[in-house]
Amino acid sequence: MRWLNALIMLLFVALMLYATVGLPDHADPQAPANTHVSPTYIEDSVKDTHTPNIVTAVLADYRGYDTLGETIVIFTAGLACVLILMKRKER
Amino acid sequence: MIKQHYQSIIVQTICSLLIPFIQLFALYVIIHGHYGPGGGFQGGVLLAVSIILQRLYLGNIIAHQKFSPKLALALGAIGMLIFGLSGIVPMIFGGAFLDYENLPLFWVHGAELRALGILIVEIGIGLAVFGTLVLIFDSLVGERW
Repeated sequence: MRWLNALIMLLFVALMLYATVGLPDHADPQAPANTHVSPTYIEDSVKDTHTPNIVTAVLADYRGYDTLGETIVIFTAGLACVLILMKRKER
Repeated sequence: MIKQHYQSIIVQTICSLLIPFIQLFALYVIIHGHYGPGGGFQGGVLLAVSIILQRLYLGNIIAHQKFSPKLALALGAIGMLIFGLSGIVPMIFGGAFLDYENLPLFWVHGAELRALGILIVEIGIGLAVFGTLVLIFDSLVGERW
């Protein structure tokens, strides 16, 4: 059984290594991830938001919905900590 | 629980001198998020660190009179409320969700209003992260309330 598991893992590693051949090079400007929305952000963010920092413009404006979700996750984690760990006053 | 304050004049002096500068730097990080690295998350963490340092050197009894856990909870909720309202208010004034160009601040327009909306959202994030981290510290220390 151990050898079967090892064989399955090796096959999986081989599959993953085979899949990496089709990936674009690192920091390739023609990669699909760099040609879809990134040029729009780089060219238009100052004109759209008057914010020189592209990261802030993407974080709070273009992807504001995502940031809202992140903040809700953090706040909910804090509330869960309080509800689980805070001791109530003994009466 | 950390009840007593730390029995060392050096630690107390250094901490009480350090805390205002940490808070000033936190405000700088939040406000300066438009132009450099920083923003609501990082500035909120710095604010929380200043309050946690105060709790460590003053002890919980005095520090909770200065800044209580309930105030931290309220500030976190207010921060979330600011973020949520800056999403919902533009919907009332005819835009999309989180579309800052439709915020009802009529003396700024267009891209300037978007920059202002980003600032409002960053302040909301900062308050939410600040309150949440102080709350997590208080609950891990095992505070009763």
